[in-house]
Amino acid sequence: MQTSLKRLARRAGALVFLASLGAPTGAAHAATAFITNEKGNSISVIDLDKLEVTRTAKTGQRPRGIALSKDGALMFVCLGDDDTIAIIDTKTLKEVGELPSGPDPEQLRVSPDGKLLFVANENDALLTAIDIATRKVVSEFPVGVEPEGVAVSPDGSIVVNTSETTSMAHLIDWRNKKIVANILVPPRPRYAEYNKDGSELWVSSEVGGTVSVIDPVKHIVTHTITFEVPGLAKEQIQPVGIRFSADGKLAFVATGPANRVAVIDAATKQVLKYLLVGQRVWQLELTPDGKHLLSTNGVSNDVSVIDVAALKVIKSIPVGSFPWGVAISKQ
Amino acid sequence: MFTFQAKLNPSFLVSSGYRGLKALSVLFVVAFALCVAPGQSAAADTLAIKVGVIHEAHSRETISILDIPPADDFVAGARMAMDDNNTTGRFLDQSFSVVDAKLTPGEDPIAALKGMLDDGVRFFIVDLPPAEVLAVADATRASGALVFNAGASDDRLREEDCRANVIHVAPTRSMLTDGLAQYLIWKQWRRWLLVVGSHPEDQLLAEAYRRSAKKFGAKIVEERVYQDTGGGRRSDSGSVQVQRQMPVFTQSAPDYDVLVAADESQVFAGFLPYRTWDPRPVVGSAGLRPVSWDPSHEFWGAVQLQNRFQRAFKRGMSARDNQAWEAMRLIGDAVAHTKSADPKTIHDDILSPGFALGAFKGQGLTVRDWNQQLRQPILLTDGRATVSVSPQEGFLHQTSTLDTLGFDRPETKCKLH
Repeated sequence: MQTSLKRLARRAGALVFLASLGAPTGAAHAATAFITNEKGNSISVIDLDKLEVTRTAKTGQRPRGIALSKDGALMFVCLGDDDTIAIIDTKTLKEVGELPSGPDPEQLRVSPDGKLLFVANENDALLTAIDIATRKVVSEFPVGVEPEGVAVSPDGSIVVNTSETTSMAHLIDWRNKKIVANILVPPRPRYAEYNKDGSELWVSSEVGGTVSVIDPVKHIVTHTITFEVPGLAKEQIQPVGIRFSADGKLAFVATGPANRVAVIDAATKQVLKYLLVGQRVWQLELTPDGKHLLSTNGVSNDVSVIDVAALKVIKSIPVGSFPWGVAISKQ
Repeated sequence: MFTFQAKLNPSFLVSSGYRGLKALSVLFVVAFALCVAPGQSAAADTLAIKVGVIHEAHSRETISILDIPPADDFVAGARMAMDDNNTTGRFLDQSFSVVDAKLTPGEDPIAALKGMLDDGVRFFIVDLPPAEVLAVADATRASGALVFNAGASDDRLREEDCRANVIHVAPTRSMLTDGLAQYLIWKQWRRWLLVVGSHPEDQLLAEAYRRSAKKFGAKIVEERVYQDTGGGRRSDSGSVQVQRQMPVFTQSAPDYDVLVAADESQVFAGFLPYRTWDPRPVVGSAGLRPVSWDPSHEFWGAVQLQNRFQRAFKRGMSARDNQAWEAMRLIGDAVAHTKSADPKTIHDDILSPGFALGAFKGQGLTVRDWNQQLRQPILLTDGRATVSVSPQEGFLHQTSTLDTLGFDRPETKCKLH
């Protein structure tokens, strides 16, 4: 196990290294991370070269889910207690508009072509698609009770929504505007993520304590990944955010109050390692060069930086109060 | 939301809330379900689950008018979960309906029960006094029906009087008092003045507090009994007498940190806060209360359920509503997993190791296999917000920290079979 882990990590690191050699731009334009602080009602801006907070901007009430426009110029921030999605300029950090969400928006995704924003509308058990250019709702789909996680297949053909109380992943054929599958998973599915080639859909179940790996063509659960941390009760392991390494070989799963990021071999579905981060880890995001993974740690008010090649936590960056969401821009 | 209601007989109300596009087909399913033979599926491809809700009206004699139970207390929670189950059910061709029987205090539940059994109902959610819970359990045994006790908190129903066909959703008195005791210990409020009401339920609650004190290392410095001398809770004369009575009643106590009130009948506890002789916090039946739910609870996404309930019933969700909701959701999740309406299949699924109910309490709720009690965190509320949630940090257990609340496996007197 240990050797295969090292090999995987080395391979991931080597690929990243090659990728950075081939990249036309050097370190002149550092990437930037935007962290939503759920209780701080603010966004912390992290310079990813310096790995420190350089600016903090006020937002509306209870910012959680965050996504960037395709060009990185705008960010969309779910403001749960303001019942709206704020559009914020990533340079000036000023709010430039709003998008119509239902009450208490929490998670959202931008379509691969950058035109649409998908958001779960909990009150009416609907998945809503908003046209970013016109800022209008263009489609609504009835889904299960408490829709939450949203994912889009890499080719944009399938939109996935998880519903927390119904405990299903709903797969919507976006071209034909039709639900094609409703797949039962363990309780409170919170987050959905396609793997790099779109051949698998991973869904985390917060109360079930599992990650379900779904075949998005056959519409069946092919693996159920469980977690075990010595000294921790099973109920404390509550999987939330999921990210894949740049080469797609590793998956990272935030485990909530278990305070760890689980590292999983994406091929064998074996948990390779648990990385101790801050308290109540929510969401994860990879830096554009694939070298670092950031985790938002709600209770300890910080962001952990994970070295993906070494699989080590290398830094903890203090941010605002109760960090929740993270988005990273190339600029 | 679509609601269909049909009078079955004067004491029963059948209803099925069903959101979305299939309203008409549900109308058909529910109407049809009323005429088919027991145990038969209603339509070729829709699995119809009828759940009997049998509950006795609770006293309207409360100290605060905010605590007067609304007319649809308890059953509203079952209906909310019915809607939730039906939203899931529309993807699985399953439909859930509630058959409601509200009894007056002291009314025999068996008549209502028999009518429902004859109609093919095999799932019952009850809020009844302990003797009636046992009567219902024993009267349903031959039919194979499954009963969810979502009202009575009596430990004996899970211990010496436990029944194999009853799952207990309501927390026990011992779980509630342990939940509060852990917090008081964490706060270092170890010296308790225990004030007990004069009703038998108050005595049972006091016994649970004595047990919790011993279990977690608190000291009851003195016990006092508050005699219920009868009479109403309210008058137009206002607070004049209460303001004089309560300080005198709590006078000359040994040094204590916190006053623990055991008053299930709501005779005096609500009068104690701010009126004790010594300036001390009041906990238990007033002040900081251990509960399964409160309309103010908002952690772990609970606000989503609170919003749904408020929209549907135009009021906050009570603890009794929530217990009925949890029972109906247990049925809904098990039916979704097994695609079965057979009570034994549902019972087995709920008790299976992988089963956990998401209920907005920070972790999944599971069922203790030795006495079929739902494991659950206990909320500590002042009625304005959730102050804390037990089990508290540092109270450890070899299998589940939730088993630090109430009677644990080694202590159980329950023999299920």
